[in-house]
Amino acid sequence: MTLISSAIASEAAQASAEPKMDPLHHFEVHKFVDLSLFGFDISISNSVLWMWIACGFAFLFFTQGIKGGKQVPGRLQSLVELGYLFVLEMAEDIIGKKDGRKFFPYIFTLFYFVLFCNLSGLLPGSFTPTSQIIITGTFASIIVGFALIFGFYNHGLHYLKFFVPSGIPVLLMPLMIPIEIISFLARPVSLSVRLFANMTAGHTMLAVMFFYVLTLPIFASWLPFGFTVVFTGVEIFIGFIQAYIFTILTCVYINDAIHMH
Amino acid sequence: MENSAAALIGMGLAALGFAGSGVGLGTLFGKAIEAIARQPGAEAQVSKYIWIGMAFVEAIALYGLVVVFIIMSKG
Repeated sequence: MTLISSAIASEAAQASAEPKMDPLHHFEVHKFVDLSLFGFDISISNSVLWMWIACGFAFLFFTQGIKGGKQVPGRLQSLVELGYLFVLEMAEDIIGKKDGRKFFPYIFTLFYFVLFCNLSGLLPGSFTPTSQIIITGTFASIIVGFALIFGFYNHGLHYLKFFVPSGIPVLLMPLMIPIEIISFLARPVSLSVRLFANMTAGHTMLAVMFFYVLTLPIFASWLPFGFTVVFTGVEIFIGFIQAYIFTILTCVYINDAIHMH
Repeated sequence: MENSAAALIGMGLAALGFAGSGVGLGTLFGKAIEAIARQPGAEAQVSKYIWIGMAFVEAIALYGLVVVFIIMSKG
């Protein structure tokens, strides 16, 4: 708690100064506790702190929602059940009934981690962990690397046929195979950059608008203020849809590794 | 030209990527509305794909933003 209060105090000290245009301020990583393990930097920064908070929110949401487990669900329990079935249906639709169940725990965790990280960034004075490319990049490379290894584990060397498009004349193969390989290698990049750029762009836009709310005279400042109100709603929607896209693509990649196209 | 001035111009040019995304969104929603008008029963199915497609199209514009950040770190 002292970490949070000190972070808020430092925010307040900066806010009292003259407002200046600094829309990327939200994305600066500060270290609260310096730690290192075998030469690796494992310091507790605001990114780590807000990841914990997002995990805590997700944990509380599900444990509180499912507590009691009534036959006729209340409002919160309905929401939890809806959220559970939403991810379960997504996994079963794309990966298949049996294999989808097998990967469901990971996909469920991934979806709610990304979702709560996206949404926690909208709280005042907070930090968006998913707006750091190192975090989304780690997730994406683990997912794609796992899909590649799992594909070779399932199919052996037959998995190399994945890179050979079917129904193409043999003459075009020297052209098509490199394209397929490059498009496979672009998967982790596009997966991570999509989430990172969406989160960064939205919050930067909000920060620019807040700057105009503070600096414009009162007769004009209601305009950017109204825009921030609307755009916060859009950000909640984008946070949800990006978490959805991230998990749906994870499902697609795992499906490619199980059932070759 | 000074380096920082060139960087600013480059960042502005990288923002032009929004135009392509705008064309994509227009096509996406136009076609989707056309599809729903022809076949109102398929609205739930079509709108599910609109939102997925919208996220993909929007992301393309944001790759431009990433280029801006890369230039910003050099400039």
